[in-house]
Amino acid sequence: MRIWQSLALGLALSAAMAGAMPGLAAAAQYTVVLDKMKFGPVPANLHVGDVIVWQNNDLFRHTATARDKSFDVDLPAHGQGTLTLTVAGTIPFFCKFHPGMTGQLVVSP
Amino acid sequence: MIKQIALAALLAVGMTGIALAADAPTDPQIAHIAYTAGVIDINAAQQAIAKSKNADVIAFAQEMARDHAAVNDQALALVKKLGVTPEDNPVSQSLTKSATEELAKLDKLDGAAYDKAYIDNEVAYHKAVDAALADTLIPSAQNADLKALLQTGLTLFTEHEHHAEMVAGTLK
Repeated sequence: MRIWQSLALGLALSAAMAGAMPGLAAAAQYTVVLDKMKFGPVPANLHVGDVIVWQNNDLFRHTATARDKSFDVDLPAHGQGTLTLTVAGTIPFFCKFHPGMTGQLVVSP
Repeated sequence: MIKQIALAALLAVGMTGIALAADAPTDPQIAHIAYTAGVIDINAAQQAIAKSKNADVIAFAQEMARDHAAVNDQALALVKKLGVTPEDNPVSQSLTKSATEELAKLDKLDGAAYDKAYIDNEVAYHKAVDAALADTLIPSAQNADLKALLQTGLTLFTEHEHHAEMVAGTLK
């Protein structure tokens, strides 16, 4: 009896952890550095739920703005902004102020 | 009469060429020219912010005021660090004179006519400054920090030129 109870509890705990774990394991935080009027490398293997911290090392205010308008992050000079990825897909982005600054996010579900 | 004018023009062109070839600008002069070029664009931006009713034009002008002020602040910090005093010179004087005339011309315009004239002038002005940076100022700069700042300026102003062209496209 006791064994069955332990097993049941164990299973319940495993199920709860399994339910929680994928979310925790998948969410990652990445930093994209802007320097000398360029976006630095964008991480591969991005997933919905991941967080991108845009670190602006320039003297100038920039933005990270999606071409499809799904995000628009203001980046003060020597400041940063955060974006949580909410949709999957390939999303080209640019700086609204300096349109030659471009990049692309590839986000998996 | 026409011959005399043509000769005077030839001489003027020839002398300018010689003067430029013989006297590459010094670092204190380059710093002054670059700073002056920034001040000119900030003044034009302030006029646009006060006069324009077009949101895209105002946003562009605010960007010009902000970016050029940032570069100029950096330039001032650099000359202070290097113990260099920017030196006034004929190029700075000529830039300031043309800019004052342009501001007066723009001031007489309003509405869409003003917006178009301001943005067209921004395209032309950034093209001219970029050419001066690439062909004269950057190659002539001796100090590595000054050269690096001018190079950042060139990248930035090239972006401004492209942005001005984009805004100009929406005004047509």
